[in-house]
Amino acid sequence: MTLFQYVLGLADDALVSAQRMGWWISRAPELEEDLALANIGLDQLGQARSLLSYAGVVEGVGRTEDDLAYLRDDREFRNVWLVERPQTDFGVAMARLLVFSTWQCELYAALASSSDATLSAIAGKAVKEVAYHRDHARLWTLRLGDGTAESHGRMQAAIEGEWPHVEELFAPVDGALVDPQSLRSAVLGRIEEVVVEATLTVPTVSPAIGGGRHGLHTEHLGHLLADMQHLHRSHPGVTW
Amino acid sequence: MRDWPLWEVFVRSRRGLSHVHVGSLHAPDAELALRNARDVYTRRQEGVSLWVVPSSEIVASDPGERETFFDPADDKVYRHPTFYSVPEGVEHL
Repeated sequence: MTLFQYVLGLADDALVSAQRMGWWISRAPELEEDLALANIGLDQLGQARSLLSYAGVVEGVGRTEDDLAYLRDDREFRNVWLVERPQTDFGVAMARLLVFSTWQCELYAALASSSDATLSAIAGKAVKEVAYHRDHARLWTLRLGDGTAESHGRMQAAIEGEWPHVEELFAPVDGALVDPQSLRSAVLGRIEEVVVEATLTVPTVSPAIGGGRHGLHTEHLGHLLADMQHLHRSHPGVTW
Repeated sequence: MRDWPLWEVFVRSRRGLSHVHVGSLHAPDAELALRNARDVYTRRQEGVSLWVVPSSEIVASDPGERETFFDPADDKVYRHPTFYSVPEGVEHL
């Protein structure tokens, strides 16, 4: 059961992040960026689907990826707070993607050589995807941070806003195949490298409370799930 | 962002020998142009190699000069290698 919770946490991180990324479709500053963000969201959705399906198998009571994505309430979601808050500012979206994809990079690289064959296969495929996500976020962080006074200020504010939610990624989790704490120095090191290169300052703010891994969430997750789940719940089994 | 320059994109497909022009896109600089090209033009396994070139660097022939440029070739049939008799049995000539 603990492995189920662990896989579910990783799946929910990817799923909720994909849903937030989907918000940008038709809203990105340029058509090219619109496609890039949609691609990134779809990569995350693909990871979420594989992980949710596997979580269903591990649980062993016959729940499918759809059951897990659409028929759980917010208190049953196990994602971190980092990914569930709205990201309607481009700088915020890039700051968050930088943090999230850097963490996913290190996590998937470690999971790829874990003892669990299924997780190892999913992670092996996903690590190439998230490396590209990270590159995308890095390039924009550099350009906005080291851009105009306006973009510098907004990128700094974005990094400061995400920073309190970084620590939750490293909180201990039951059943973890990769100890979250073991990723801490590599992840922080790689993020800080980009922040400094972008002429930004690494924030010194206290971590937020967090609690997503135990089903405790911000008010924002419920709204996100209402958007994501209402079609499936209103029309059970609907397809197109 | 309204002043992002235009870039021309060339893709070499998996079995292709040369890069082929596939379209254009906007990007603030070369590095992002290459990444945008990846996202816009190679989403469906179209290629294994990408070139991006600033559109402003391309020198094009003038449509108004089409006749002087290309019409003189119309009646030079002797430039096509169709006047040689091919010996029988030679397949790959």
